[in-house]
Amino acid sequence: MVRQLVTHVLAEDIGPKWLYWPWVADHYSEISSAFQEHVSLTFWAVLWGLVISLPLGIACARWRWLYVPTIAATSVLFTIPSLALFAFLIPVTGLSRATALIPLVAYTLLILVRNVVIGLAAVPSDVVEAAQGMGYSRTRSLLRVELPLAVPTIMTGVRIATVTTIGLVTITATIGQGGLGQLMFTRGFQIDFRTPVTVATLLVVAFAIAADASLLGVQRLATPWLRKQRV
Amino acid sequence: MFSFFGQVWDWFADGDHWSGNEGIPRLLGQHLQVCAAAMLVALLVALPIGLGLGHLRKGGAVAVNVANIGRAIPSFALLIIGVQVWGIGDPDPPFGWVGSLPTWVCLVALALPPMLANAYVGMSQVDDDVREAAAGMGMRGSEVLRKVELPMAMPVVMAGVRTAAVAVVATATLAAITGFGGLGRYVWDGIKQQDDVKLFAGALLVALLAIVVELALAGLQRLLVSPGIRRSGKVPRRSPRVGVSRSSAAHGAPGT
Repeated sequence: MVRQLVTHVLAEDIGPKWLYWPWVADHYSEISSAFQEHVSLTFWAVLWGLVISLPLGIACARWRWLYVPTIAATSVLFTIPSLALFAFLIPVTGLSRATALIPLVAYTLLILVRNVVIGLAAVPSDVVEAAQGMGYSRTRSLLRVELPLAVPTIMTGVRIATVTTIGLVTITATIGQGGLGQLMFTRGFQIDFRTPVTVATLLVVAFAIAADASLLGVQRLATPWLRKQRV
Repeated sequence: MFSFFGQVWDWFADGDHWSGNEGIPRLLGQHLQVCAAAMLVALLVALPIGLGLGHLRKGGAVAVNVANIGRAIPSFALLIIGVQVWGIGDPDPPFGWVGSLPTWVCLVALALPPMLANAYVGMSQVDDDVREAAAGMGMRGSEVLRKVELPMAMPVVMAGVRTAAVAVVATATLAAITGFGGLGRYVWDGIKQQDDVKLFAGALLVALLAIVVELALAGLQRLLVSPGIRRSGKVPRRSPRVGVSRSSAAHGAPGT
């Protein structure tokens, strides 16, 4: 397949072309499955990140002494270069999907935990006291009052984490995973053919912008009281 | 598992890995060279623009949007596009000092947004009352910037510099894929040769370097931030206003 493409490229000298439409048309299904893989990895990484970060953030907001060690630990994870983090896991999990997903989840933690804690800490104490005065238990106050008020900050974290993850997923191509990164890397870089790189880059940027915008939409829908206030 | 770590230990103990073209000192040097070249240029571009716009309270939307768009463009794509445009050889004379042109361009593009956004946000968060008080004491615009606004904005500005520097050091690892050296060499060769020991040793070096850079800049920040302004890393106190902008602006890409 690759060899066939190489001869094709040499014959028409389309290698240096930034966008060679016939290739795009021929490889529509490959591009679309790479894109779906990219979306899926991003979705699961952010979802697992939230599943871990929400309880962790709530715990940090309630027991303050947890905050500094948690942030320190997630910062260290955040600092480790992705290629290194993938590499650490290869001896354990091989070139599998888990090797791609675990670091992606790890990178979301710092952003998400921090925003959950800041969001909860920023709920005015008057509001919490009012909830207590109305007989809300701590759990009910958390679920019905504090978390909803923290939604804008938490969603800001989710948006940053999502856009960051979308970029990072491309790098998982180096360990044989990773959606659109595969197009850039094995289809473009390794055989010096530009079109797949252009297509993949444009799709990644478009996906990031679309994901950010739709999460903003979700945030608006989830916080109707803020919308009314603005008018 | 024990024997694996023993092998990694032996790898580090092997004198061959500490000299020559593929030795740790040379690869570390290459890594730091391209990172320093990228940070230098990005600092010289981002800080004057960000601080200036923040001082004038203009162009905030531009600064913050540049940061957001910058986050959406994957460094990996920039690197590969760079290689296709400039190739992977040593750069021509005017750029000889940057080490690898595609890597350098990719790293500069990575470092600019967080520094620009944080410089702007830090400056624009300085209280108007404080600026007026400074002006009332007879300070000129440039004096207010240097003596009042910059010291107060320093924690946020430095947060941007740290974010950028750590991302740059981490991303320079990817340059190994394009044939350039740097510490990513071991990781990448390890993946390709299915040599888990080399790969693990390389990953350890890269992770250590990123953590050392982060700690060094944290130390620098302590020196640069006036003791009266220093904020502790504790949980922010409950307050009626939500600190969204600060928390989000302080983040660029993680270890890409």
